[in-house]
Order: sequence, then structure tokens, then C-alpha cells
Amino acid sequence: MRKVYLDNAASTALLPEVKEAMLPYLGEVFGNPSSLHDWGDGARVALEEAREQVAGLIGADAEEIIFTSGGTESNNFAVKGIALAQQGKGKHVIVSAIEHFSVLHSARTLEKWGFEVTEVPVDKYGVVNPEDVKKAIRKDTVLVSIMHANGEIGTIEPIKEIAKTTRELKIPFHTDAVASAGTIPVNVQELGVDALSLAGSMFYGPKGTGALWLRKGVRIMPLLDGGIQEGGRRGGTENVPGIIGLGKAAEIATAQIQSRIETLTPLRDRLLQELPSKVAHVIVTGHPQNRLPGHASFCVEFIEGEAMLMLLNSRGIAVSSGSACTSRALKASHVLIALGLSHEIAQGSVLFTLSPDNTSEDIDYVLEAMPPVVERLRQMSPLYAKFIKTGQGGQ
Amino acid sequence: MPVYNEKVMDHFMNPRNVGEIENPDGVGEEGNPVCGDMMTFYIKVKDDKLEDVKFKTFGCGAAIAVSSMVSELAKGMTLDEAMKLTPAAVADKLEGLPKNKLHCSNLGAQALHRAIDNYREKQAKANGERYNPMAADDGHNCPHCHAELAEDGTTACQACSSEEAECVIGE
Repeated sequence: MRKVYLDNAASTALLPEVKEAMLPYLGEVFGNPSSLHDWGDGARVALEEAREQVAGLIGADAEEIIFTSGGTESNNFAVKGIALAQQGKGKHVIVSAIEHFSVLHSARTLEKWGFEVTEVPVDKYGVVNPEDVKKAIRKDTVLVSIMHANGEIGTIEPIKEIAKTTRELKIPFHTDAVASAGTIPVNVQELGVDALSLAGSMFYGPKGTGALWLRKGVRIMPLLDGGIQEGGRRGGTENVPGIIGLGKAAEIATAQIQSRIETLTPLRDRLLQELPSKVAHVIVTGHPQNRLPGHASFCVEFIEGEAMLMLLNSRGIAVSSGSACTSRALKASHVLIALGLSHEIAQGSVLFTLSPDNTSEDIDYVLEAMPPVVERLRQMSPLYAKFIKTGQGGQ
Repeated sequence: MPVYNEKVMDHFMNPRNVGEIENPDGVGEEGNPVCGDMMTFYIKVKDDKLEDVKFKTFGCGAAIAVSSMVSELAKGMTLDEAMKLTPAAVADKLEGLPKNKLHCSNLGAQALHRAIDNYREKQAKANGERYNPMAADDGHNCPHCHAELAEDGTTACQACSSEEAECVIGE
């Protein structure tokens, strides 16, 4: 059976070159980068090279890179750490309604600590209106955190425009670039932000690796107290093999980003255009054009995402879904609800995220597999039966 | 280990008794698409026995497998026997479900019981009698920590203090 992996938003495959680069640090180069002997030197030199590589990916200075355990830690660190460091100035934070839980739940924790949080809405494509952010800003606002691109619907946010306001008012602006860094060009100077999160596992690097870029001069309170690693901002012996892998993946992404985009975009566009014409009652979620290159997301009406995912898996296709049943918390994705979709429609969420390893034949295969899968579940669905009989419930 | 065992996968991939019955003797609906699962059961009754059982389900793999198993178990049972079919028995026959999917087994038995209630109510009405539905709500487990939830109408889980342990309709 053909195997087609289209769940790169969940995890990407480690590049062989990245694995190669990591291996010595899982073996002979085992020293602690903080040690002053030769063993420590070997690890430290490699660590600092990785810092340069990660900085290179986002147009930053190496000394502004703080290595973390991944996107979730970077987001927690930025949201809580920046807000706590500025709390003398105020206790108000602005986020968008479609942030990743690592930002949203960090904001919720800040609320428990006495902060106030404003959630700015998004339009039907998931785009934040910079004017809404401007209006939400108060005298006591100490942090704005709006994601660069959304991993569930692919929409890219107008970060530059929002940054105009935050720079003018000198309010720290963090962007969660976990879904975009390594996938589309990200330049911290062009974006005009003050902090940016990224994760290695999103661009063919190892899991458990990530970084927070923090503009020089922006204050942050450490979440992990300990030694003076990472400039005293994050204690704990560094994950040397992981960081080496992150650096290598960043270096390769910097070189290949344009060619990857050129490979991914036409494949994505085929899915976006052809799936809704092959299957009736399918809605594209997210922005139709201004979206991540390998990202095609939909809601299929009258059926539920987990069942769709399982039937596609039985045909060798890996996808994900934002349905309540796949969430464990039994709640439909907050992102889809923020777009104004009903819970019922959101249950039919299906998400295809591509890598440059995918081919046009893979897309053919998926487009062939989808209609019978959807048809089979619709034949079982009381909602579809009702729609056929009464015309009610469709969009 | 995969999320679902082989038995559940078999009933999901090859569900038994999918469909509707024309002119059914009873229809029962349970669940809500807002929470991710909705099941409709159709029954045909002859000599106080379930001569035929069919279902339609909107929902996850577990919901479909549970519906299939319920229909298979119920077919041929007397109405009283079928009313005693418990979610636990359905989950057992499926050789276990993930804890956060146990609510699907509640829905399946429930929908069948509602169909039987619907039949009995119609019978009673025809005889000019009153009928009290017997389908009852069963226990739920927290999707976060798997603890059994209190039956006090709150949606929070006491064990892990998660605030959204149950699907709430109409937010």
C-alpha cells in the first residue's frame, strides 16, 4: 500500500544530515558546555555554532537566541516571562483568539496571577485586524502576543502592521513563529517584533528543541531558575545533541526555504482547489491565498474528523483533525470556532500538511481516497440523512 | 499500542447493521453533534423481541464501533433484556475502550434504550396508558484524568480540577 504522510504540522521527519550532525554529541562529545576543560570546550563550540545557525534563520544576533525545549516552552517563557518582568508598568496582556494553547493557557495563568487579558478576534479567514490590536492597547499593556502563522488553518498574520503600533508605543511584541519559522522566510528585523518562538521539529529537526529569540534590551523573568546557562535566562545543562540538530536543521532551512516553497505551493493549491470540487459540502478553512505553503485545511460537512482520519490511515494516509473527538478534551478546536464555524461543522475538520518529500502522485492518491472515505461516513451519518431529506443543516 | 484494539477496529472498519429501517417500531436518538457524537437507532419489534436493529452514527471511531456492537448484541434480545444492556457490557464486548471514549459506550446503549422507550410509549398511547421512559443517564469519565465524574450537574472534574471535563452544549 502507498504510504503518504501529510501530518507535518504534528511532526516532520528528521533530515538524515541533521541526524548525522547530532550523532557525535550522543557519543564521544559528551562534555558539559559549562565545563572549562577540553571536553566542555568541544560541546561549547558546537553549541555556539548552532546558535549562529538558528540566528541566521531569522536574521537575528546569535546572542539574542535562548535555547529551549521546544515551541511550548518558548511560548510559555515569552508570555509569562515578559509579562512578569514588566509588571511594574502594568498588568494587561493582549493575545489573539487563535493562539496555540501554549500562549492562550499561559495568558490564562497570568490571569490567575492578577493580570488582565484581552483576546482580539479574527475574521472568517483567521486574520487578526491590526486595528483591533491598536484599539485593545491600554496604558497598562505590557505585552502583545500574536502568532505569525496558525498551524491549524495555515493563515499568516499581518505581524509587520501590528508591530508598527507596538514599536510606536514601545510595548513588547512576541510572535509565536513555531508554524512559520523554517517554512517561510522569517526575519525579526523586518517583522519588527521583540520576541519570537520557534521549534526544531517543525522544520525537519529533532523534537524537544526550540528557541526563543529575545531582542536585546527586552526584559524577561526566567521560568527555569538554575545555573547561568543561556545568559542566566534559562537554567539547566543544555540539550547539546538536540541543539546541534536544531542548528543544522536551521542552516539547511535557510538554504532551501525558497525551493521548498516552490515545491509545496503547487501541491497545496491542488488540494485546495481539487478537493472541494471532488467532494461536495467541503469548506476550506483559513485564508485561501495568504497561508503557509504546505498547508491545506478543510471542514467536511456531516461527518466527524477522527473517523475520517482513521479511514484515511487504513489507506496509508496520515492527516490530523481539530474535531472534539481527536482532542481528548472533547472540545472542537478553538481556532475553528473563532472563525465563526459552528461546532457541528468544526467536527468535520481535516488537515493536510505537506513536506517537500510529497509528490504530485501523493496528491492524486489522496484526491482519489477522499471521496469514498467521505461517502462511506456520510452514508452512516444521521446528519447527512437529515440534510438529504430536509435540506437542513448544510452550509 | 494503538489507540483502539483490534475488536474496536473491526467494528469501525466493518460496522454491522448500518442504515435505517423503513417504518420502524421505535426510533431513539442520543448525543449531539456539538460534542462530537450523535447516534440514531431504529428498531423493529416482533413478539416482544428485537427482530431488527439498525443505526446511523455521526462520530468518532469509538462511536461507530459502539453503535455496531450495540446493534449486534441487541438483535434477538427481548425488550427487557435489551433495556438491561449496560455501557460497561458494550465496552467489555469490544474488549475495552480508551477511558476518554467511554462516553461513546454510554451513548450507544442510551440510544437503543430510547428507541425501546419510543416503541413502548407508542404502544402505551395506543392502549390509552401512560408510560415513563426508562432510559437513564449513566456515569461519565473525565477526558483529562480519566476519573469518574460527579453526577451533580457540574462540568468540572474534582480529581484533576479541569474545568471542561464534559461537553457543554450551547456555549
